[in-house]
Amino acid sequence: MVSFVVNGKEASVDMPPDTPLLWALRDHLGLTGTKFGCGMAQCGACTVHVNGNPARSCVTPISAVAGKKITTIEGLSPNGDHPLQKAWIAEQTPQCGYCQSGQIMSAAALLAKNKKPTRAQIVAHMSGNICRCGTYNKIVAAIQRASREALASTPSPLAGEGRGEGGALTPAAKEA
Amino acid sequence: MSQTAMQNEWVLGFEGISYQGVSRRAFLLSGAGVAFGVAFGGTLAGMSEAFAQSGQFAPNGWVRVATDGTVTIFSPASEMGQGVMTSMPLLLAEEMDLDWSRVKVEQAPYMPKVFGNPRFGGGMTTGASRTTQGYYDVIRLAGLQGRLIMVQAAAEKWGVPASEVSTEPHFAVHRASGRRMGYGEIASFAKVPAESPKVDKSQLKPMSQHRLIGKDVGRVDVPSKVVGQAIYGIDVRMPGILYGAVLRAPVQGEKPEKIDDSAALKVPGVLKIVTLPYGVGVVADDYPAAKKAKGLLKVEWSKAAKARAYNSDKIIAEYAARARNLNDSSGVDFIKEGDAKGAMGSAAKIISAEFTSEHVAHMCMEPMNATALVTGDKIEVWAPSQSPFFIFLATSVRLGYKPENVTSHVTLLGGGFGRRVEADYVTDAALLAKAVEGKPVKVVWSREDDVQSDKYRPLTAQHVSAGLDANGKLIALRHRMVGESIYARAAPAIFQQAGGKDQPFCEGSEIKYHVPNHLVEFLREQRGVDVGFWRAVGGGYTKFALETVIDECARAAKQDPLDYRLGLLEKEPRARRVLEEVARMADWRNKRPAGRALGLAYSDMWNVHLATIVEASVDRKTGKIRVHEVWGAVDPGVAIQPQNIEAQIESGTMYGLSHVLMERITFKDGAVVQSNFHDYPVLRMNEAPIVHTKVIPTDNYPGGIGEVGLTTIPPAVANAVFVLTGKRLRALPFDQKLLKA
Repeated sequence: MVSFVVNGKEASVDMPPDTPLLWALRDHLGLTGTKFGCGMAQCGACTVHVNGNPARSCVTPISAVAGKKITTIEGLSPNGDHPLQKAWIAEQTPQCGYCQSGQIMSAAALLAKNKKPTRAQIVAHMSGNICRCGTYNKIVAAIQRASREALASTPSPLAGEGRGEGGALTPAAKEA
Repeated sequence: MSQTAMQNEWVLGFEGISYQGVSRRAFLLSGAGVAFGVAFGGTLAGMSEAFAQSGQFAPNGWVRVATDGTVTIFSPASEMGQGVMTSMPLLLAEEMDLDWSRVKVEQAPYMPKVFGNPRFGGGMTTGASRTTQGYYDVIRLAGLQGRLIMVQAAAEKWGVPASEVSTEPHFAVHRASGRRMGYGEIASFAKVPAESPKVDKSQLKPMSQHRLIGKDVGRVDVPSKVVGQAIYGIDVRMPGILYGAVLRAPVQGEKPEKIDDSAALKVPGVLKIVTLPYGVGVVADDYPAAKKAKGLLKVEWSKAAKARAYNSDKIIAEYAARARNLNDSSGVDFIKEGDAKGAMGSAAKIISAEFTSEHVAHMCMEPMNATALVTGDKIEVWAPSQSPFFIFLATSVRLGYKPENVTSHVTLLGGGFGRRVEADYVTDAALLAKAVEGKPVKVVWSREDDVQSDKYRPLTAQHVSAGLDANGKLIALRHRMVGESIYARAAPAIFQQAGGKDQPFCEGSEIKYHVPNHLVEFLREQRGVDVGFWRAVGGGYTKFALETVIDECARAAKQDPLDYRLGLLEKEPRARRVLEEVARMADWRNKRPAGRALGLAYSDMWNVHLATIVEASVDRKTGKIRVHEVWGAVDPGVAIQPQNIEAQIESGTMYGLSHVLMERITFKDGAVVQSNFHDYPVLRMNEAPIVHTKVIPTDNYPGGIGEVGLTTIPPAVANAVFVLTGKRLRALPFDQKLLKA
């Protein structure tokens, strides 16, 4: 039995310790927003946050997250209203949408550290996430929009992350 | 019915004619101008009763109105990112005069009599850029019919002639008395008339009156996709669900001969090992267990398959030799206009070139998967499929379930690109579910399965000769194409009926350019490796060859490539307009800074006109091509969702660029060498160009926009590279090492 906290809730899974976190989340905890894409940390579709840092859950064994705090796309914001999620809708970014949970989780990790990334910083950070529909430019536009709109509102909605986490785990929040 | 007879019957349903007793007339109404009411015929009554029991009014099979005014519209096509779940229901809302904010969309059930696509002979399949093209009239007529039924019901209630009643969004209105009645209220008393109002195309709104078509309403599937709530096939969950993994033979056509499953069975959670005709399946309590057990299977495979002799390098060389042997007349004439061979003899100059393209894989982000539940002689399937028709065939025709005992549910698709027309993953789920009857089984392919058991785009060789007169005018074009047929496998009856012409393989060889003598030959190969529908199919390599050759013709004629194309398109004003517009957008006439150059290409595929210019550079130390910016001007006819059209053109651009720069599936002794994104890279954000697309709507029947963006990219990039280096790239993917200076 391995225990950790997912989106603010205690969770225990009775699976072998080498089980990838991805399948524990999806099949045992019913959090199917995190996607399987490659199984070898090549595509980023399975990106979640572990203690505030982005991690590829397809190659993260559950033994490595015992006692840690996991945030998935379902827990990124209380009502699906994280600035990135709003921006993703405003820019009509998704096409098939399958990679977008991972894209948004990667982008959230970026904005938590860097509230106003340049285009080059966005591209460098996001190039680990593949989108086969080729929505890359709309992803950039959505991140820029989220950054803009978050900076314009006080307190910044980027500082906190996750249901019940209070944002205490993100580097940005620590700095604040 | 014999297996062959049944196969022929279903295959015909893929492209036209008729199938399984479904009357052709139901799908031809728009063309023949017959009253549309017939189309809903017998099916409406049953559906209508079922909906009435749930307190909803169903004017016809496509739509139902709840008494609170919520209107639910069925979306007939598979949503794989191309936006049809929004654009198809929007067509109905336009004609029924609905308030879009009160519309809900549901995926249509498998009922081809109601929801079949006329462009697939009434079958329910999404692909070949035929969704908008097939449904544009049908769904608008259904909406119009729905509106007339609402009007009639309100008129009867008010005791006024229906001719005095009009509509405003979601309301019937009687202007003379100032009365208004919401559609929800009408739904509380309306009855489906014994005879549905007759409607025909002449009653549909002209483009100038569109209120929803042409306005970006936002895609209905987007909100669920940003919060992780969208349900794809892989997300299907149900009580007691089991998980499956399938080990396929490393070489297509081989069978398991000896299976040692002792280690696999020891994996905790593994329930059953199932021998399949083409592999070995594992059923387990969870997916990691199934996958682990699959890896522990020891299987001896047969060694008899034809594909064992399949080696990419050798195959390319052989195909190319056949293509260039102009005396090899063993092919089928796909197009024959005038006398190309004869005219070539009188040409002042002949430009000849050879092209090849290697296999490429789809790499849908959601790997293939399906869920099935077998109960007695019934089967229910949940799948991210482009074709419930092919699910039906896989379960009914192939596995023997009676048609009435098959139920299928199409989920959202995490990418399709033609891969999900196939139903091989459905067969996996059906066979494993049969082995554990009464329990649902979800089969999930690993990425390695997905890469190594794809239905790849055909490996091809092409030889193109263009004959020019003394003025550089194109007088003859001969285009020879060699490769494995797609339709011979996927739609054999259509293939036979067409006399061995393979439409998807050859598509894109039809051209709008004026050339009096045109010959296109298809030379079929049969090497034992399945090939399939990869986004744009033929258009990915035929336009590459043709638009490269046209560029060479322009240079031979000492004309600007834009002007040369405009000259060949004198009778094609829509084509000229997009070319002129893209030239303006990209500032074509002005030179680029040193190290940068432009390349141009035009595509006429799927009744869309698209002109594309790319700006590229080449690192002469490494040969690496970089595409910086792409401009596109597109006339899709009526633009249903302009923003989505832009998005699709951009998507096709990225997909096309990815495959010319880096995608290649290689066979060695019949086995695929690549296995995942590390050795089959696809375009990433740091390699993506900026894309500018201008949509130019015209009042023409809308074309298909999901694929066309891909077709201009290979030649446009190659043409830019020629300007930069003087070298002509003729093989896909591009061998960039050739560009090292």
